[in-house]
Amino acid sequence: MRKRTTAGGVVFNVLNYAMLSVLTICTIYPFLNLLAVSLNESLDSLRGQVYLWPNSFTLENYKIVFQNDALYGATIRSIARTVLGTALSLICSVMLAYTLSRKEFFLRKPINLIMIVSMYVSGGLIPTYLLIKNIGMTNSFWVYIIPGLVSVYNVIIIRSFFDQLPEGLIEAGRIDGANEFQTLFRIVLPVSMPVLATITLFVSVGHWNSWFDNYLYNTRDNLNLLQYELMKILMQSTQQVTSNATGSVASESLRQITPQTIRATMTIIVTVPILFVYPFLQRYFIQGIMIGAMKE
Amino acid sequence: MNAVPRQSLWKKARSQYQLLIMAVPFVLLIILFSYVPLWGWIMAFQKYTPVKGIMGSEFVGFDNFVTLFNDDRFLLVLRNTLVMSIMSLVVGFVGAIALALFLNEIKNAAFKRVVQTVTYIPHFVSMVVIANIVLTFLSPDGGFVNLLLMKLGIIHEPVYFMSKGPWFWVIHTLTLLWKELGWSTIIYLAVIAGLNPETYEAAEVDGAGRFQKIWHISIPGLMPTATMLLILSLGSIVNTGYESQFLLGNQLTRDYYEVLDLYAMNLSFGSGQYSIGVALSIFKCFVSLFLVLSVNKLVKKAGQSSLF
Repeated sequence: MRKRTTAGGVVFNVLNYAMLSVLTICTIYPFLNLLAVSLNESLDSLRGQVYLWPNSFTLENYKIVFQNDALYGATIRSIARTVLGTALSLICSVMLAYTLSRKEFFLRKPINLIMIVSMYVSGGLIPTYLLIKNIGMTNSFWVYIIPGLVSVYNVIIIRSFFDQLPEGLIEAGRIDGANEFQTLFRIVLPVSMPVLATITLFVSVGHWNSWFDNYLYNTRDNLNLLQYELMKILMQSTQQVTSNATGSVASESLRQITPQTIRATMTIIVTVPILFVYPFLQRYFIQGIMIGAMKE
Repeated sequence: MNAVPRQSLWKKARSQYQLLIMAVPFVLLIILFSYVPLWGWIMAFQKYTPVKGIMGSEFVGFDNFVTLFNDDRFLLVLRNTLVMSIMSLVVGFVGAIALALFLNEIKNAAFKRVVQTVTYIPHFVSMVVIANIVLTFLSPDGGFVNLLLMKLGIIHEPVYFMSKGPWFWVIHTLTLLWKELGWSTIIYLAVIAGLNPETYEAAEVDGAGRFQKIWHISIPGLMPTATMLLILSLGSIVNTGYESQFLLGNQLTRDYYEVLDLYAMNLSFGSGQYSIGVALSIFKCFVSLFLVLSVNKLVKKAGQSSLF
């Protein structure tokens, strides 16, 4: 058999490794650069260029950001939203998905129809806004949690996972006299870790990253989230000050550091939690995505 | 005559009451947030004012739709929506398939894993952060890209990239590409991994080189999945997001970044023309419904499993 490790093959390999390395660097460099800026003295960043390493190291920027009441409160609210929103959403979605995976459930078909149609027909931005306003959910923390509590897409992914579990699993529970809740929480969920990990990741990242509902529904500063505060600073520095995007952040305590440094510091603050969670769930979510993709 | 099935329905409901408790509250929630807003569509046929409300506003038939379709701004915004979603769709597709093929040729598992892990990151990062990075790096005031281009002698003074209208489309497309490129390879890598290794071995015996194997085995193997995904995403071509445009755009590029949803918001909250804003939402809903249904037909014709 001929060995085909030709000169062309070697060139291809070298180019391929080089190209993918460049791509990887292009992806990670902006984050590393902002990390360096956030750890560099604010005035020094103005003077000289910071690339990968801070010129004069300091943690002062983080201290200043967290000492700002608005940003500290926003951090707490963002964490609360993410934890509470993810937990509630997961419990509700899992329950609905479980009932839909039970073939004998007499409302299975109508509920399926209601869910699928809702994926394609939507009232649109303004009618939804007016609804939320009319039911008194504007200017409240719950607008972050209730409207997105059950995502049809997630329910479908979880249900497809339940569907492929062996039938005997549930029957065994039935024989042991378990009721539906016990069957779900004690028998089905413990063997559903891959899909639960995937959905947890998606939902929590979604909550953590949200800002538009904050912008649209909550005009009071005492309900702002971290992403929204970052968005306001971003808009201020691009001189695109909309009526909503002014206010609290430009307070005295933050004047000590430049907007550039505040932006870098806050970017790192909102990005780091994701970087901590995602690698641990990585091996699960690929599996989860494939289930979702096949269902699509 | 109806008594028998009705009674059995009642019996079923009683015997499955636990399942009902687990399902009904959440179905009601879906109905509340997905179907009740449809009631607001009435506004599109009224001269709606918030003071009079839906019950009190007078009906004007299709006047709002006529106004909308004769509005030059509406056509402009429709153009922006289509241009940006088609650009992202094409670039994203080609990029994802190419990257998956190149990644597949990497034999060093550790290197491959690092590339994958790193390129997935931007997918999980919020659009606010991504916009922040883009605006910082493209800034005319000491931004990385300007410094680099000046050092290389390509430009002599800083360029304010975000002020140039048509460039917005390119910058927007590249931003989304950067964010989603790694993530979108997952599905293609899985498909390539599932291709029969014997085919590759047989090709090798026949003397096929690297490129020939990619060209004759990997790419044809990816095509069914790729076509399917492409057709499906055509269905959501008017339904693309508005966050990225909102965050990256500014007054100078408004004629290029404003998309349907942002225009609907502007009409409603900016100038109080709620009725026209809702008419626009209805238009968008029907177009995307039409697209999804046609796409589903197309997929069925192609012999693949259908959407529903």
